Amino acid sequence: MSTEQQLSRQEQQFMDKIKAEEKIEPKDWMPEKYRKNLIRQISQHAHSEVIGMQPEGNFLTRAPSLRRKAILLSKIQDEAGHGLYLYSAAETLGITREELIEALQSGQAKYASIFNYPALTWADMGAIGWLVDGAAIVNQVSLQRTSYGPYSRGMIRICKEESFHQRQGYDIMLSLVNGSPEQKAMAQDALNRFYWPALMMFGPHDSESAHSAKSMEWKIKRETNDDLRQKFIDQTASQIEFLGLEHPDKDLKWNEERGHYDSGEIDWEEFQNVINGNGHCNRQRLEHHIKAHEEGAWVREALAAYNAKKQANKSEAA
Amino acid sequence: MQDNALELFEVFIRSKRGLDHKHVGSLHSEDHAQALEYARDVYTRRSEGVSIWVVKSSDICASQEDDAEDFFDPNDDKPYRHATYYELPDAVNNM
Amino acid sequence: MSDNIKAATQEYATRLGDDAVVLGHRISEWVSRGPFLEEDIAYANVALDYIGRARMFYGYAAELANDGRTEDDFAYMRDDRQYQNLLLMEMPRGDFAYSQVRQLFIDIYYNLLLPELVNSKDDTLAAIAAKAIKETRYHLRRSRDWVLRLGDGTEESHHRAQAAVDSLWGYTHELFDMDETEKLLADNGIGVDTTQLREAWLKHVSAILSEATLSVPEDGWAVRGGRIGYHTENLGHVLTEMQFVHRSYPGCQW
Repeated sequence: MSTEQQLSRQEQQFMDKIKAEEKIEPKDWMPEKYRKNLIRQISQHAHSEVIGMQPEGNFLTRAPSLRRKAILLSKIQDEAGHGLYLYSAAETLGITREELIEALQSGQAKYASIFNYPALTWADMGAIGWLVDGAAIVNQVSLQRTSYGPYSRGMIRICKEESFHQRQGYDIMLSLVNGSPEQKAMAQDALNRFYWPALMMFGPHDSESAHSAKSMEWKIKRETNDDLRQKFIDQTASQIEFLGLEHPDKDLKWNEERGHYDSGEIDWEEFQNVINGNGHCNRQRLEHHIKAHEEGAWVREALAAYNAKKQANKSEAA
Repeated sequence: MQDNALELFEVFIRSKRGLDHKHVGSLHSEDHAQALEYARDVYTRRSEGVSIWVVKSSDICASQEDDAEDFFDPNDDKPYRHATYYELPDAVNNM
Repeated sequence: MSDNIKAATQEYATRLGDDAVVLGHRISEWVSRGPFLEEDIAYANVALDYIGRARMFYGYAAELANDGRTEDDFAYMRDDRQYQNLLLMEMPRGDFAYSQVRQLFIDIYYNLLLPELVNSKDDTLAAIAAKAIKETRYHLRRSRDWVLRLGDGTEESHHRAQAAVDSLWGYTHELFDMDETEKLLADNGIGVDTTQLREAWLKHVSAILSEATLSVPEDGWAVRGGRIGYHTENLGHVLTEMQFVHRSYPGCQW
């Protein structure tokens, strides 16, 4: 059998597995593009969790009650954990965490653009948990069925933990809308600022999405950007109503025929603008990450040196 | 000294007494002791475990997927190893 | 419970709450700034333990005060001069060595104090101590290992760890001071006589420092005052940040 025949046979077997809804596991043969595509998506997801710690970390030391402080701290800690699960899944594809972090810090890898928006008030902690985590969950629930085993298992684990994130966010909003007029205004302001960026989290329209088609074919992605976004719009509408807040989308209207809400158009110019580095926090987020990483270098070096000494002592004793 | 000074460990957790340890993911640490502690903080934040194993990823010897056919298929033709192979007389239930 | 014992117990619970909330705040400053992700997660757990501890101690202080105040009133509505945490807790985050050396000093202290407090005749304090002991044993495992690794790691880490030991040492003496309030409680089997803990503390600390190739400083330098609200300038900034949102919207529920 020629190499070419061999390859197409492997590719055929790979596609058969995908079609049969079998998971692809780390040591399976897989097309190089599938591997690259996965690394791109999983690492972007991991980086988003890690960078996502910053806007909320920004309010950790200012949380207005001890209960909220404890909840927020455990939520941010979960995000670090989720980042770690995802790095761990990416590493099964033959790339190291150091390489992944380097790609993040050099700007080569992306993270969710939503985290380039600043967290300005306590209500933003509510809006982020409710809307940003809410949008993320819609996506993640769908990704539990992704074709790559370690990614799928990571998603299942993450989804189990993440529902608390959205609820705690909504709970913050509930307390605010039931509080003083200033608190309610704070909640409305946070909703206004985070609603549209949350919709943008699902990515460009399917017709514009560069990676979508292949990802769908390979079942890395299971539902399209627009379908997922619609789910989120539908579920969020009644949640906003229950809070008694004004919906930021003035064009939102129930469409009986479709069984979905019709909504106003997203400001794609803003989306591109923030992705291209002009958000309030693009530079700050990366600089923060790089600074922490660099300040930790001597600690990691110390670990290595200590470990080397231990090994040396062991072999001496032996 | 490089960052890869930290080693990769695989983590296995027994979620409940009476169950097997199950692979849950991996983490980086300096040695086994630290890996155990980090596994506790990373993978059992919600009391998911009663026992943890950590194993250096480099110490795991895995079967090759390429050999899968030779490795596992030979057992496909031994249906007599499964209980369902045997048909019981109607008079005999539950065996 | 007689009135003076009750008042003393309330103050004692408040102090222990102050210690916990200030240290928890300092540790939480590490979130998203750890040397690697695993450590970020692990250290956040320690911060969570301290925030939890603060809530228990303040909750008990509020219960004893019985004047409508809540745990949050204790945390958010008191000023520098009313806070009675040990100075060691409020020292800045510093570098990673500084935080871990501080943690070691405190972890060993609590590993001696809590097993005594478990025997308190005050059931609530005893119950809080029983829960906290388990946390603190784990904290000590971490801080001990870190100090060993940093002390006996690279030249730089050794230097940083020694610098941390030297610059924090002066704040450790007041851990073992007792004022009238604490004496009264110790005499009545409610509080812990911390003067009795220093010898064991010093022995334990010295053993670890020496294993970490670090030296124990001379005792000449000692700074005191946390328990009477005579703080370093650091605390004001901690409280400014911590209390800002809460105080900006008086009387609100969150």
